[in-house]
Amino acid sequence: MSLAKRIIPCLDVTDGRVVKGVNFVELRDAGDPVEIARRYNDQGADELTFLDITASSDNRDLILHIIEDVSSQVFIPLTVGGGVRQVEDVRRLLNAGADKVSINTSAVLNPQLVADASGHYGAQCIVVAIDAKRVDSPDDNPRWEVFTHGGRKPTGLEVISWAKKMQELGAGEILLTSMDRDGTKNGFDIPLTRAVSDAVDIPVIASGGVGNLDHLVAGILKGHADAVLAASIFHYGEYTIQQAKQRMAEHGIEVRL
Amino acid sequence: MTDIAIVDYGMGNLRSVHKALEHVAPNTSVVVTNDPAVVNQAKRVVVPGQGAMPNCMHELKMYGLQDAVIQSAKTKPFLGICIGLQMLFEESEEGHVKGLNILPGKVVHFPAEAMITPEGQKLKVPHMGWNQVYQTIDHPLWEGIAKDARFYFVHSYYVDTPDENSIAAQSQYPFSFTCAVAKDNIFAVQFHPEKSHTAGLTLLRNFSNWTPET
Repeated sequence: MSLAKRIIPCLDVTDGRVVKGVNFVELRDAGDPVEIARRYNDQGADELTFLDITASSDNRDLILHIIEDVSSQVFIPLTVGGGVRQVEDVRRLLNAGADKVSINTSAVLNPQLVADASGHYGAQCIVVAIDAKRVDSPDDNPRWEVFTHGGRKPTGLEVISWAKKMQELGAGEILLTSMDRDGTKNGFDIPLTRAVSDAVDIPVIASGGVGNLDHLVAGILKGHADAVLAASIFHYGEYTIQQAKQRMAEHGIEVRL
Repeated sequence: MTDIAIVDYGMGNLRSVHKALEHVAPNTSVVVTNDPAVVNQAKRVVVPGQGAMPNCMHELKMYGLQDAVIQSAKTKPFLGICIGLQMLFEESEEGHVKGLNILPGKVVHFPAEAMITPEGQKLKVPHMGWNQVYQTIDHPLWEGIAKDARFYFVHSYYVDTPDENSIAAQSQYPFSFTCAVAKDNIFAVQFHPEKSHTAGLTLLRNFSNWTPET
């Protein structure tokens, strides 16, 4: 027996409220982050990820209150991403109660931010989020490119070498999202997940495309992911986290039940 | 008078430790402090720590807290968490920094060549996530916790001690390593009880009630 593979529900936050159709039965206020976090915690979530999708920078600090509230009452690891641009942003999120901070676009625009934040606060709290899209390659070998701005902006960076570079600069974990699969419910991009996970020595979280519990199993067994992240299958009440863990355990995957 | 002092030397988030202790011990006064006098007067002391051990040792000295921490570790119920465990030992491979030298042993990195399972699967470093903690002794801080309960870990270095009597628990990744030590009034863990849900909260509650045998 050894380290358990992790299941991480992802919650979207805007203007200080959890949005994106959380549909728990008996939930009094569907947007109350503490109550949502507590439900997922009760179901056996191994960590929680909050993604700040607030458009206006004026309201971005509102997520700090959410993290303060949740971290005072739900005692499992919390990751926060979205709009992290400078070391000061990392500091404020950690002080609010985040255990890990996820850096996406800013890691591309300013890779030194990853090195600075990791150097100061330690690799254990720096997650680099990579949005990957498959692109044509002249020799027909699969090739994925890093995109930013929610998958709209190509960067010219090749995903596997980018992931390795992020590890070298001090990332402690990679959150890998397939933009081709995100929202499709067709399952993870397994070749992408496996290629990145095998190429780096730090943990990789697979994300994008989960539509059923077998997709989670495939992410671990075929994609070699260390953790799986999903939003809609849990939010809309299709499956509980406990069901997901039981399915994984049936396939011989070590989980925390 | 402060019941529990959480030593703040500027390394990362102490909020979770603070809130978790308040949660399990609502009638005690728990303070986060960088004042050596407060640490010296407290009945119990918690030393957390995250990030790199050289930075932690440097900051501990800069804040003038080193003597108060050493004194606490010698005299009263003391809980070290993560780097707060590692700094109790002689030295760390991380930056080849000296520790507080209260317990014998060294802090070493998970060796890259060993990070593979018997089935041939690569294991990642940091060791991140929920792993089983196998208790090797009976101890008041283990009370009410399953002997193989899962706790949350995130670390790349671990403690290697020659003093087998001080080992309180081990974990496997992929080999056995010491993840908790207990000696007299000291209890220290590599994992994060403040992030380990029920098992972690139970351990913190046990600490808040613990009276070491003299």
